[in-house]
Amino acid sequence: TCNRRHVSTYTPPPAQYGGRHTVTLIPGDGIGPELANHVHELFRFCCVPVDFEVVNVDPSIASEGDINNAIMAIRRNGVALKGNIETNHNLPPSYKSRNNLLRTTLDLFANVMHCQSLPGVRTRHKNVDIMIIRENTEGEYSSLEHENVPGVVECLKIITRTKSLRIADYAFRMAREKGRRRVTAVHKANIMKLADGLFLQCCKEVASGYPEISFDSMIVDNTTMQLVSRPQQFDVMVMPNLYGNVVSNVCAGLVGGPGLVPGANYGDDYAVFETGTRNTGKSIANRNTANPTAMLLASCLLLDHLKLHAYAGMIRRAILTIVTETRLHTADLGGQGSTSEVVQSIMNAIQSTPYGPLTFRVYGPFI
Amino acid sequence: MASHSAVLSMSKIMSPFWGRRLGNTTKVFGTTLTSHRNKTLLPPPPAKYGGRHTVTLIPGDGIGPELLNHVREVFRFSCVPVDFEVVHVNSAVETEDDISNAITAIRRNGVALKGNIETKHTMPPSVKSRNSVLRTSLDLYANVMHCQSLPGVQTRHKNIDIMIIRENTEGEYSSLEHESVSGVVESLKIITRNNSLRIADYAFRLAREKGRRRVTAVHKANIMKLADGLFLQCCREVASGYPDITFDSMIVDNTTMQLVSKPQQFDVMVMPNLYGNVVSNVCAGLVGGPGLVPGANYGRDYAVFETATRNTGKSIANKNIANPTAVLLASCMMLDHLKLYDYASLIRNAVLTTMNETRLHTADIGGQGTTSEVVQSVMRIIQSKGQLTSEL
Repeated sequence: TCNRRHVSTYTPPPAQYGGRHTVTLIPGDGIGPELANHVHELFRFCCVPVDFEVVNVDPSIASEGDINNAIMAIRRNGVALKGNIETNHNLPPSYKSRNNLLRTTLDLFANVMHCQSLPGVRTRHKNVDIMIIRENTEGEYSSLEHENVPGVVECLKIITRTKSLRIADYAFRMAREKGRRRVTAVHKANIMKLADGLFLQCCKEVASGYPEISFDSMIVDNTTMQLVSRPQQFDVMVMPNLYGNVVSNVCAGLVGGPGLVPGANYGDDYAVFETGTRNTGKSIANRNTANPTAMLLASCLLLDHLKLHAYAGMIRRAILTIVTETRLHTADLGGQGSTSEVVQSIMNAIQSTPYGPLTFRVYGPFI
Repeated sequence: MASHSAVLSMSKIMSPFWGRRLGNTTKVFGTTLTSHRNKTLLPPPPAKYGGRHTVTLIPGDGIGPELLNHVREVFRFSCVPVDFEVVHVNSAVETEDDISNAITAIRRNGVALKGNIETKHTMPPSVKSRNSVLRTSLDLYANVMHCQSLPGVQTRHKNIDIMIIRENTEGEYSSLEHESVSGVVESLKIITRNNSLRIADYAFRLAREKGRRRVTAVHKANIMKLADGLFLQCCREVASGYPDITFDSMIVDNTTMQLVSKPQQFDVMVMPNLYGNVVSNVCAGLVGGPGLVPGANYGRDYAVFETATRNTGKSIANKNIANPTAVLLASCMMLDHLKLYDYASLIRNAVLTTMNETRLHTADIGGQGTTSEVVQSVMRIIQSKGQLTSEL
């Protein structure tokens, strides 16, 4: 009965037995496993009716068995929370990036990242509120490269009409839903006239169907320059894959770093949540210094997607309360707190909420 | 001496017929017999008669014409021995005659100063970007941009000193696109071993010349394994020949994120075309905007100087509010290239004094000065140094 094309009327995935959802969890590499554990802890503490089906993906093997298992699990459950899977440079080029493979196989065409200045975090720019919608499956990330002549590599960037229309439509619908006033398309059509020209044309066509939202376009180099001088001028931005990568990282840097921003990948049938900037964080793995905010906020986006809004709001409020407390900031925000301290404080904040939810009684160290 | 110059200019005119592949036979006529690969010992371009150089000037569109007029004023005022050969390029016509004339003029003179030529979106896709055509025809393979925090300009980040070397001819800007199936466009990004080795070599040589400690290659080799993988590999090969300079690499998304949080960690950066575009614009934004940073395009035989972020500035054209700093500093870089170091430092100091001490700022950096006021101030400072100048 549900019309799959409209995200807002999308019914929660069917893996709901006895009121509990099952969600695939892919820990990934680097800081992924420890943060996934923290999410697990927090959910158990708040009695969130979500069970995690953990699927491990080993980045060092060349076979695709692991990632196929993960994809099948996500097809089964419909929703996933993942850490970033490392792309090992020592493996041959035929070995595709596992994250990329996941996104293209499940056709998660829209990557949505909402960059907001958080009140407690000190940044050079204030009042940043940008929504970035990035095409997630084509563009420069097609992994289509070949070397016809030795020493000359050709890399194909594919832009198609159907996918550009789809992502533009998604962007405008999302802008309308969230009550946004302006959508900016980011491109480089003065140089890549056919490719980005097609993307821009599709955006313009879709824009004509949304008269209450103003549409403009900006070349990617000017966009990045404006972002570092005056980011407050941007509202919603839609763009192809590579520009999306760069622009979203710039915006993440503007609001405080990779530890703060969650990201979501939406497709017609599936949704996968992760940190916005997709870092493995190998250098800080297992040191208890990673910032859990991004992953926890991503899990709140997950709960919103599952229509468990009460739990999502509760956890999000607690996180935002804790983020304003500077003494609990982790190293990436310039503080000295550890990951477990932050998570513990979030749990305390939730517990101390008056008329709060049912929580576990903490008798001792958390297992 | 005249015949020597005549021989040189003859060979310059004849070189288009023979192409670059013939090597550097023309340069052998010069008194300094050096390896053509070493840019620093290259003799000044031969368009020099009676001690005066001739430089091609392409006004371009938008703010280009007015700013380049100011450059000519300043040069005439300071009695710089440079004559400008002006070549107009009309961006509204579809034929390539204008840009071919400009290219011939640059081949003749060896050096050019240009404003940005607009790429009109209403033209058919077969009309290539004129700036791109110029860069590829003259094989200006290295785009060098030096972003420095200026003390007089208020920015969010301080003490930035980054040198960006960007491959200028290939990469995503090959303009090779086709629509095999309707609704599906394929755009080719070309990375070649030769060009990558060349740009890496340029970057390391420049780093060594300027006494820099570290070169960072910016790439996306986790996704574009063959293309950026080749680029990275070439950089590593070249790096092994420069043990005094540390080499590291960083993925472009992480780079941009680091640039907005901690830009002081970067020293010299080398990268392919598109990432260079983005990163150079981010850095320009960090040090104060597009009106402050000059850029230079170097090839083996030619050099073209312009503003680093290549803006036409259509919206502020002819309003006397554009910031002339970038173009004036670009002209100083040109004078350095022509080995007229005294004039270069004279004008550069005057521009920087205006910027930092008198604080005469234009609108883009938050001031209220007009372009002509800034230029007048520069000329006054030059006059006060006691050098020979024309009447004000």
